[in-house]
Amino acid sequence: MEIGFGKTERDRLNEELLQKAMAGNRRALAKLLSAVEEGDVNAETLGLKNHLDDGTIIGVTGAPGVGKSCLIEKLLSHWSNQGLKVGVIAVDPSSPLSGGALLGDRIRMESADSNPNVFVRSFATRNQPGGLPVAVGLASNLMRNSGYDIVLIETVGAGQAEIRIVSFADRVVLIESPSRGDLIQAEKAGMMELADLIIVNKSDLEGAERAASEIQTALEISGKPPPVLLASAKNGEGIEEFASKLKSLPVKSGAEMARARERLLAAWDSALLSRDDISDIINGLIKEDSNAEDWVKENLRWSNG
Amino acid sequence: MRIVIAKPGLDGHDRGAKVVARALRDGGHEVIYTGLRRTPEQIVRTVLDEDADLLGLSSLSGAHAFLFPRVCQLLIEADCQEVTVFGGGIIPMDERSELFDVGMRAIFGPGTKMEEMTDFVSEVENRIHSGDPVGVGEGGDWVWQNGA
Repeated sequence: MEIGFGKTERDRLNEELLQKAMAGNRRALAKLLSAVEEGDVNAETLGLKNHLDDGTIIGVTGAPGVGKSCLIEKLLSHWSNQGLKVGVIAVDPSSPLSGGALLGDRIRMESADSNPNVFVRSFATRNQPGGLPVAVGLASNLMRNSGYDIVLIETVGAGQAEIRIVSFADRVVLIESPSRGDLIQAEKAGMMELADLIIVNKSDLEGAERAASEIQTALEISGKPPPVLLASAKNGEGIEEFASKLKSLPVKSGAEMARARERLLAAWDSALLSRDDISDIINGLIKEDSNAEDWVKENLRWSNG
Repeated sequence: MRIVIAKPGLDGHDRGAKVVARALRDGGHEVIYTGLRRTPEQIVRTVLDEDADLLGLSSLSGAHAFLFPRVCQLLIEADCQEVTVFGGGIIPMDERSELFDVGMRAIFGPGTKMEEMTDFVSEVENRIHSGDPVGVGEGGDWVWQNGA
Protein backbone atom coordinates (compact mmCIF):
# COMPACT_ATOMS: atom_id res chain seq x y z
CA MET A 1 0.00 0.00 0.00
CA GLU A 2 1.34 3.42 -0.95
CA ILE A 3 1.39 6.10 1.75
CA GLY A 4 2.71 9.34 0.24
CA PHE A 5 6.27 10.14 -0.85
CA GLY A 6 6.47 6.83 -2.69
CA LYS A 7 7.11 4.92 0.52
CA THR A 8 5.17 1.78 1.25
CA GLU A 9 4.04 0.55 4.65
CA ARG A 10 6.81 -2.02 4.42
CA ASP A 11 9.40 0.74 3.89
CA ARG A 12 8.17 2.51 7.02
CA LEU A 13 8.30 -0.69 9.06
CA ASN A 14 11.85 -1.30 7.82
CA GLU A 15 12.89 2.24 8.76
CA GLU A 16 11.52 1.70 12.25
CA LEU A 17 13.43 -1.59 12.55
CA LEU A 18 16.62 0.10 11.29
CA GLN A 19 16.35 2.81 13.94
CA LYS A 20 16.04 0.15 16.65
CA ALA A 21 18.83 -1.97 15.13
CA MET A 22 21.14 1.06 15.07
CA ALA A 23 20.36 1.58 18.76
CA GLY A 24 21.62 -1.95 19.45
CA ASN A 25 18.35 -3.95 19.40
CA ARG A 26 19.29 -7.49 18.25
CA ARG A 27 15.70 -8.52 17.59
CA ALA A 28 15.17 -5.58 15.23
CA LEU A 29 18.36 -6.38 13.33
CA ALA A 30 17.35 -10.05 13.10
CA LYS A 31 13.90 -9.10 11.74
CA LEU A 32 15.43 -6.71 9.24
CA LEU A 33 17.87 -9.38 8.04
CA SER A 34 14.90 -11.71 7.45
CA ALA A 35 13.20 -9.00 5.42
CA VAL A 36 16.39 -8.59 3.36
CA GLU A 37 16.49 -12.33 2.77
CA GLU A 38 12.89 -12.30 1.59
CA GLY A 39 13.59 -9.40 -0.77
CA ASP A 40 11.33 -7.07 1.25
CA VAL A 41 13.87 -4.29 1.78
CA ASN A 42 14.31 -1.41 -0.62
CA ALA A 43 17.91 -0.36 -0.04
CA GLU A 44 17.41 3.03 -1.68
CA THR A 45 14.50 4.21 0.45
CA LEU A 46 16.14 2.85 3.60
CA GLY A 47 19.07 5.23 3.14
CA LEU A 48 21.92 3.05 4.35
CA LYS A 49 25.48 4.33 4.42
CA ASN A 50 27.52 2.31 1.94
CA HIS A 51 30.42 0.43 3.50
CA LEU A 52 31.22 -1.76 0.54
CA ASP A 53 34.60 -0.26 -0.21
CA ASP A 54 36.00 0.63 3.19
CA GLY A 55 37.74 -2.68 3.80
CA THR A 56 35.48 -3.84 6.63
CA ILE A 57 33.43 -6.47 4.81
CA ILE A 58 35.58 -9.56 4.50
CA GLY A 59 34.81 -12.76 2.65
CA VAL A 60 36.09 -16.03 4.09
CA THR A 61 35.96 -18.92 1.69
CA GLY A 62 37.49 -22.33 1.19
CA ALA A 63 36.62 -25.98 0.70
CA PRO A 64 34.50 -27.86 3.26
CA GLY A 65 36.51 -29.03 6.26
CA VAL A 66 39.48 -26.67 5.97
CA GLY A 67 38.41 -24.90 9.18
CA LYS A 68 36.69 -21.68 8.11
CA SER A 69 34.23 -21.57 11.03
CA CYS A 70 36.90 -22.45 13.61
CA LEU A 71 39.26 -19.75 12.32
CA ILE A 72 36.40 -17.24 12.32
CA GLU A 73 35.74 -18.09 15.98
CA LYS A 74 39.38 -17.22 16.74
CA LEU A 75 39.04 -13.90 14.91
CA LEU A 76 35.80 -13.17 16.78
CA SER A 77 37.43 -13.54 20.20
CA HIS A 78 40.53 -11.65 19.04
CA TRP A 79 38.58 -8.64 17.78
CA SER A 80 36.02 -8.75 20.56
CA ASN A 81 38.86 -8.54 23.12
CA GLN A 82 39.97 -5.37 21.34
CA GLY A 83 36.48 -3.93 21.89
CA LEU A 84 35.33 -4.37 18.30
CA LYS A 85 31.86 -5.59 17.35
CA VAL A 86 31.79 -8.22 14.64
CA GLY A 87 28.96 -9.53 12.48
CA VAL A 88 29.09 -12.86 10.69
CA ILE A 89 26.98 -14.05 7.78
CA ALA A 90 27.42 -17.81 7.53
CA VAL A 91 26.23 -19.20 4.21
CA ASP A 92 25.41 -22.89 3.77
CA PRO A 93 23.90 -24.63 0.75
CA SER A 94 20.19 -25.30 0.26
CA SER A 95 19.13 -28.70 -1.00
CA PRO A 96 18.41 -28.45 -4.73
CA LEU A 97 15.63 -31.03 -4.27
CA SER A 98 13.68 -30.02 -1.16
CA GLY A 99 14.81 -26.40 -0.90
CA GLY A 100 15.59 -27.03 2.76
CA ALA A 101 18.94 -26.46 4.44
CA LEU A 102 20.88 -27.57 7.47
CA LEU A 103 22.77 -24.58 8.83
CA GLY A 104 25.46 -25.66 11.26
CA ASP A 105 28.29 -23.12 11.15
CA ARG A 106 27.28 -21.66 14.52
CA ILE A 107 28.21 -24.89 16.30
CA ARG A 108 31.89 -24.14 15.77
CA MET A 109 31.61 -20.51 16.83
CA GLU A 110 31.40 -20.45 20.60
CA SER A 111 31.01 -16.66 20.61
CA ALA A 112 27.90 -16.93 18.46
CA ASP A 113 25.46 -17.51 21.30
CA SER A 114 27.19 -15.81 24.21
CA ASN A 115 29.45 -12.90 23.23
CA PRO A 116 27.49 -9.61 23.20
CA ASN A 117 29.93 -8.09 20.67
CA VAL A 118 29.13 -10.77 18.11
CA PHE A 119 26.12 -11.28 15.82
CA VAL A 120 26.04 -14.46 13.75
CA ARG A 121 23.34 -15.01 11.16
CA SER A 122 22.98 -18.14 9.02
CA PHE A 123 21.91 -17.80 5.39
CA ALA A 124 20.88 -20.61 3.07
CA THR A 125 22.00 -20.24 -0.57
CA ARG A 126 18.43 -20.85 -1.76
CA ASN A 127 20.01 -22.18 -4.93
CA GLN A 128 21.13 -18.88 -6.30
CA PRO A 129 23.90 -18.68 -8.87
CA GLY A 130 27.51 -18.27 -7.80
CA GLY A 131 26.95 -20.04 -4.49
CA LEU A 132 25.76 -16.89 -2.73
CA PRO A 133 22.32 -15.38 -2.22
CA VAL A 134 22.13 -11.85 -3.62
CA ALA A 135 20.75 -10.66 -0.26
CA VAL A 136 24.17 -11.15 1.34
CA GLY A 137 25.46 -7.83 0.00
CA LEU A 138 22.66 -5.80 1.56
CA ALA A 139 22.68 -7.91 4.73
CA SER A 140 26.37 -7.27 5.40
CA ASN A 141 25.97 -3.55 4.77
CA LEU A 142 23.02 -3.56 7.17
CA MET A 143 25.20 -5.11 9.89
CA ARG A 144 27.83 -2.40 9.30
CA ASN A 145 25.12 0.26 9.62
CA SER A 146 23.91 -1.34 12.88
CA GLY A 147 27.17 -0.79 14.73
CA TYR A 148 29.19 -3.85 13.74
CA ASP A 149 32.73 -2.69 12.94
CA ILE A 150 33.66 -5.70 10.83
CA VAL A 151 31.48 -8.13 8.91
CA LEU A 152 32.72 -11.58 7.91
CA ILE A 153 30.92 -13.49 5.16
CA GLU A 154 31.61 -17.21 5.36
CA THR A 155 30.79 -19.05 2.16
CA VAL A 156 30.68 -22.53 0.81
CA GLY A 157 33.57 -22.15 -1.54
CA ALA A 158 34.71 -25.07 -3.58
CA GLY A 159 37.36 -22.50 -4.44
CA GLN A 160 36.87 -22.59 -8.15
CA ALA A 161 33.39 -21.93 -9.49
CA GLU A 162 31.98 -20.02 -6.56
CA ILE A 163 33.64 -16.64 -6.87
CA ARG A 164 30.55 -14.46 -6.38
CA ILE A 165 31.92 -13.54 -2.95
CA VAL A 166 34.23 -10.96 -4.57
CA SER A 167 31.20 -8.86 -5.47
CA PHE A 168 30.02 -8.58 -1.85
CA ALA A 169 33.27 -8.45 0.09
CA ASP A 170 36.02 -5.91 -0.40
CA ARG A 171 38.67 -8.35 0.81
CA VAL A 172 38.60 -12.06 0.34
CA VAL A 173 40.50 -14.63 2.39
CA LEU A 174 40.93 -18.13 1.06
CA ILE A 175 41.42 -20.84 3.69
CA GLU A 176 43.41 -23.90 2.76
CA SER A 177 44.71 -26.83 4.76
CA PRO A 178 47.60 -29.27 4.39
CA SER A 179 47.27 -32.61 2.60
CA ARG A 180 44.21 -31.61 0.63
CA GLY A 181 44.67 -32.98 -2.82
CA ASP A 182 47.76 -32.14 -4.84
CA LEU A 183 49.34 -29.04 -6.22
CA ILE A 184 47.09 -29.10 -9.26
CA GLN A 185 44.29 -27.80 -7.02
CA ALA A 186 46.22 -24.57 -6.65
CA GLU A 187 46.92 -24.31 -10.34
CA LYS A 188 43.28 -24.51 -11.30
CA ALA A 189 41.97 -21.07 -12.05
CA GLY A 190 39.38 -19.54 -9.75
CA MET A 191 39.24 -18.35 -6.18
CA MET A 192 42.93 -18.80 -5.60
CA GLU A 193 43.74 -16.10 -8.12
CA LEU A 194 41.17 -13.68 -6.69
CA ALA A 195 42.03 -14.07 -3.00
CA ASP A 196 43.66 -11.11 -1.27
CA LEU A 197 45.10 -13.36 1.41
CA ILE A 198 45.58 -17.10 1.70
CA ILE A 199 45.65 -18.80 5.10
CA VAL A 200 46.89 -22.35 5.45
CA ASN A 201 45.05 -23.56 8.54
CA LYS A 202 46.01 -26.54 10.73
CA SER A 203 49.62 -25.36 10.98
CA ASP A 204 49.91 -27.76 13.90
CA LEU A 205 49.75 -30.62 11.40
CA GLU A 206 52.67 -32.05 9.51
CA GLY A 207 52.99 -30.79 5.95
CA ALA A 208 51.43 -27.38 6.58
CA GLU A 209 54.59 -25.43 5.76
CA ARG A 210 55.15 -27.43 2.62
CA ALA A 211 51.54 -26.80 1.52
CA ALA A 212 52.01 -23.06 2.06
CA SER A 213 55.20 -22.93 0.02
CA GLU A 214 53.67 -25.04 -2.75
CA ILE A 215 50.76 -22.63 -3.02
CA GLN A 216 53.11 -19.67 -3.04
CA THR A 217 55.27 -21.20 -5.77
CA ALA A 218 52.24 -22.03 -7.89
CA LEU A 219 50.91 -18.49 -7.68
CA GLU A 220 54.29 -16.80 -8.24
CA ILE A 221 54.39 -18.24 -11.74
CA SER A 222 51.37 -16.17 -12.75
CA GLY A 223 52.46 -12.81 -11.36
CA LYS A 224 51.91 -11.11 -8.00
CA PRO A 225 50.84 -13.68 -5.44
CA PRO A 226 48.75 -12.71 -2.39
CA PRO A 227 50.40 -13.22 1.01
CA VAL A 228 50.26 -16.82 2.22
CA LEU A 229 50.21 -17.26 6.01
CA LEU A 230 50.11 -20.23 8.35
CA ALA A 231 47.62 -20.39 11.22
CA SER A 232 46.07 -22.90 13.55
CA ALA A 233 42.50 -22.59 14.83
CA LYS A 234 43.36 -25.43 17.23
CA ASN A 235 46.21 -23.80 19.18
CA GLY A 236 45.73 -20.16 18.19
CA GLU A 237 49.04 -19.93 16.35
CA GLY A 238 49.19 -17.19 13.71
CA ILE A 239 45.78 -15.71 14.56
CA GLU A 240 47.17 -12.30 15.59
CA GLU A 241 49.19 -12.07 12.43
CA PHE A 242 46.15 -13.13 10.39
CA ALA A 243 43.99 -10.41 11.99
CA SER A 244 46.58 -7.65 11.57
CA LYS A 245 47.32 -8.71 7.98
CA LEU A 246 43.62 -8.35 7.19
CA LYS A 247 43.72 -4.76 8.41
CA SER A 248 46.82 -3.81 6.43
CA LEU A 249 45.74 -5.33 3.10
CA PRO A 250 45.10 -2.70 0.46
CA VAL A 251 41.43 -2.51 -0.46
CA LYS A 252 40.81 -3.81 -3.96
CA SER A 253 44.26 -5.26 -4.38
CA GLY A 254 43.95 -6.23 -7.99
CA ALA A 255 41.25 -8.36 -9.52
CA GLU A 256 39.20 -5.22 -10.21
CA MET A 257 37.95 -6.65 -13.46
CA ALA A 258 36.70 -9.82 -11.84
CA ARG A 259 35.09 -7.83 -9.04
CA ALA A 260 33.31 -5.50 -11.43
CA ARG A 261 32.19 -8.43 -13.53
CA GLU A 262 30.81 -10.32 -10.54
CA ARG A 263 29.04 -7.20 -9.29
CA LEU A 264 27.41 -6.74 -12.66
CA LEU A 265 26.35 -10.38 -12.77
CA ALA A 266 25.05 -10.20 -9.20
CA ALA A 267 22.98 -7.15 -10.08
CA TRP A 268 21.66 -8.91 -13.17
CA ASP A 269 20.77 -12.06 -11.18
CA SER A 270 19.12 -9.94 -8.56
CA ALA A 271 17.02 -8.09 -11.11
CA LEU A 272 15.98 -11.36 -12.75
CA LEU A 273 15.33 -13.31 -9.56
CA SER A 274 13.33 -10.56 -7.87
CA ARG A 275 10.76 -10.42 -10.68
CA ASP A 276 7.29 -11.28 -9.39
CA ASP A 277 6.64 -13.52 -12.39
CA ILE A 278 9.91 -15.47 -12.24
CA SER A 279 8.25 -18.76 -11.21
CA ASP A 280 5.65 -18.38 -13.98
CA ILE A 281 8.45 -17.95 -16.50
CA ILE A 282 10.33 -20.99 -15.18
CA ASN A 283 7.17 -23.12 -15.16
CA GLY A 284 6.41 -21.92 -18.68
CA LEU A 285 9.88 -22.98 -19.84
CA ILE A 286 9.39 -26.45 -18.34
CA LYS A 287 6.13 -26.82 -20.28
CA GLU A 288 7.78 -25.40 -23.40
CA ASP A 289 5.20 -22.62 -23.36
CA SER A 290 5.89 -20.32 -26.31
CA ASN A 291 5.05 -17.18 -24.30
CA ALA A 292 7.80 -17.96 -21.80
CA GLU A 293 10.25 -18.78 -24.58
CA ASP A 294 9.38 -15.52 -26.33
CA TRP A 295 9.94 -13.65 -23.08
CA VAL A 296 13.43 -15.08 -22.76
CA LYS A 297 14.24 -14.25 -26.38
CA GLU A 298 12.88 -10.75 -25.98
CA ASN A 299 14.60 -9.94 -22.70
CA LEU A 300 17.90 -11.75 -23.11
CA ARG A 301 18.30 -10.90 -26.80
CA TRP A 302 21.06 -8.38 -26.31
CA SER A 303 23.16 -10.84 -24.36
CA ASN A 304 23.78 -12.82 -27.54
CA GLY A 305 24.84 -9.72 -29.40
CA MET B 1 10.18 -21.97 7.91
CA ARG B 2 13.30 -21.28 9.97
CA ILE B 3 13.65 -23.81 12.76
CA VAL B 4 16.24 -23.98 15.57
CA ILE B 5 16.90 -27.45 16.96
CA ALA B 6 18.60 -27.26 20.35
CA LYS B 7 19.94 -29.54 23.04
CA PRO B 8 19.69 -27.85 26.43
CA GLY B 9 21.64 -28.98 29.45
CA LEU B 10 24.11 -31.77 30.16
CA ASP B 11 22.84 -34.34 27.71
CA GLY B 12 25.06 -35.97 25.11
CA HIS B 13 22.38 -37.89 23.20
CA ASP B 14 22.15 -36.00 19.93
CA ARG B 15 21.16 -38.73 17.47
CA GLY B 16 17.45 -37.87 17.73
CA ALA B 17 18.02 -34.13 17.35
CA LYS B 18 20.19 -34.67 14.27
CA VAL B 19 17.68 -37.05 12.65
CA VAL B 20 14.88 -34.55 13.26
CA ALA B 21 17.02 -31.71 11.86
CA ARG B 22 17.63 -33.71 8.69
CA ALA B 23 13.98 -34.71 8.32
CA LEU B 24 12.87 -31.09 8.62
CA ARG B 25 15.50 -30.04 6.07
CA ASP B 26 14.19 -32.70 3.69
CA GLY B 27 10.73 -31.24 4.32
CA GLY B 28 12.00 -27.99 2.77
CA HIS B 29 12.79 -26.04 5.95
CA GLU B 30 15.90 -24.13 6.97
CA VAL B 31 17.19 -25.77 10.12
CA ILE B 32 19.79 -24.33 12.48
CA TYR B 33 21.33 -26.87 14.84
CA THR B 34 22.92 -25.46 17.99
CA GLY B 35 25.11 -28.39 18.98
CA LEU B 36 25.27 -30.07 22.38
CA ARG B 37 25.04 -28.77 25.94
CA ARG B 38 23.58 -25.30 25.47
CA THR B 39 22.23 -23.20 28.30
CA PRO B 40 18.67 -21.83 28.00
CA GLU B 41 20.22 -18.35 27.59
CA GLN B 42 22.37 -19.49 24.66
CA ILE B 43 19.39 -21.16 22.98
CA VAL B 44 17.24 -18.04 23.27
CA ARG B 45 20.09 -15.92 21.87
CA THR B 46 20.27 -18.24 18.83
CA VAL B 47 16.50 -18.07 18.26
CA LEU B 48 16.67 -14.28 18.56
CA ASP B 49 19.62 -13.68 16.19
CA GLU B 50 18.44 -16.23 13.64
CA ASP B 51 14.85 -14.93 13.74
CA ALA B 52 13.52 -18.48 13.94
CA ASP B 53 9.82 -19.33 13.57
CA LEU B 54 10.06 -22.53 15.59
CA LEU B 55 12.28 -23.96 18.31
CA GLY B 56 12.63 -27.70 18.89
CA LEU B 57 14.11 -28.78 22.23
CA SER B 58 15.53 -32.25 22.70
CA SER B 59 16.21 -33.83 26.06
CA LEU B 60 16.88 -37.40 27.10
CA SER B 61 18.51 -36.66 30.43
CA GLY B 62 15.41 -36.13 32.56
CA ALA B 63 16.06 -32.42 33.06
CA HIS B 64 13.25 -31.30 30.72
CA ALA B 65 10.96 -30.34 33.60
CA PHE B 66 13.40 -27.59 34.56
CA LEU B 67 15.06 -26.69 31.25
CA PHE B 68 12.07 -26.52 28.87
CA PRO B 69 9.99 -24.10 31.00
CA ARG B 70 13.12 -21.98 31.58
CA VAL B 71 13.65 -21.63 27.82
CA CYS B 72 9.96 -20.72 27.32
CA GLN B 73 10.12 -18.10 30.06
CA LEU B 74 13.30 -16.53 28.64
CA LEU B 75 11.80 -16.46 25.13
CA ILE B 76 8.82 -14.48 26.39
CA GLU B 77 11.12 -12.12 28.30
CA ALA B 78 13.11 -11.62 25.07
CA ASP B 79 9.94 -10.52 23.25
CA CYS B 80 9.77 -13.75 21.20
CA GLN B 81 6.16 -14.65 22.10
CA GLU B 82 5.35 -15.69 18.55
CA VAL B 83 8.01 -18.42 18.36
CA THR B 84 6.48 -21.91 18.42
CA VAL B 85 8.21 -24.30 20.83
CA PHE B 86 8.07 -28.10 20.62
CA GLY B 87 9.96 -30.83 22.40
CA GLY B 88 11.20 -34.34 21.94
CA GLY B 89 13.12 -37.09 23.68
CA ILE B 90 12.19 -39.04 26.78
CA ILE B 91 9.31 -37.04 28.25
CA PRO B 92 6.90 -39.12 30.39
CA MET B 93 3.21 -38.71 29.50
CA ASP B 94 2.25 -37.44 32.96
CA GLU B 95 4.83 -34.63 32.73
CA ARG B 96 3.63 -33.24 29.42
CA SER B 97 0.70 -31.12 30.55
CA GLU B 98 3.03 -28.93 32.62
CA LEU B 99 5.08 -28.26 29.52
CA PHE B 100 1.96 -27.38 27.52
CA ASP B 101 0.99 -25.01 30.34
CA VAL B 102 4.20 -22.97 29.85
CA GLY B 103 3.48 -22.54 26.14
CA MET B 104 4.94 -25.60 24.38
CA ARG B 105 2.74 -26.83 21.52
CA ALA B 106 3.90 -30.41 20.89
CA ILE B 107 5.93 -33.22 22.46
CA PHE B 108 7.25 -36.03 20.28
CA GLY B 109 8.47 -39.27 21.82
CA PRO B 110 10.30 -42.32 20.49
CA GLY B 111 8.54 -43.95 17.53
CA THR B 112 7.30 -40.67 16.08
CA LYS B 113 7.14 -40.81 12.28
CA MET B 114 9.08 -38.13 10.44
CA GLU B 115 5.98 -37.20 8.44
CA GLU B 116 4.29 -36.33 11.71
CA MET B 117 6.99 -33.76 12.46
CA THR B 118 6.66 -32.13 9.06
CA ASP B 119 2.84 -32.24 9.34
CA PHE B 120 3.16 -30.44 12.67
CA VAL B 121 5.34 -27.71 11.10
CA SER B 122 2.82 -27.31 8.24
CA GLU B 123 0.01 -26.96 10.76
CA VAL B 124 2.01 -24.30 12.63
CA GLU B 125 2.52 -22.47 9.33
CA ASN B 126 -1.23 -22.62 8.63
CA ARG B 127 -2.04 -21.26 12.07
CA ILE B 128 0.44 -18.39 11.67
CA HIS B 129 -1.14 -17.46 8.33
CA SER B 130 -4.66 -17.55 9.68
CA GLY B 131 -3.67 -15.60 12.81
CA ASP B 132 -4.46 -18.40 15.31
CA PRO B 133 -2.35 -18.49 18.49
CA VAL B 134 0.56 -20.91 18.18
CA GLY B 135 3.56 -19.08 19.70
CA VAL B 136 5.00 -19.75 23.15
CA GLY B 137 3.51 -16.59 24.60
CA GLU B 138 0.34 -16.31 22.53
CA GLY B 139 -1.97 -18.27 24.85
CA GLY B 140 -4.92 -20.34 23.68
CA ASP B 141 -5.08 -24.05 24.36
CA TRP B 142 -4.07 -25.49 21.00
CA VAL B 143 -1.58 -28.35 21.18
CA TRP B 144 -0.61 -30.96 18.59
CA GLN B 145 -2.48 -34.26 19.03
CA ASN B 146 0.10 -37.00 18.64
CA GLY B 147 -0.63 -39.68 16.08
CA ALA B 148 1.61 -42.31 17.67
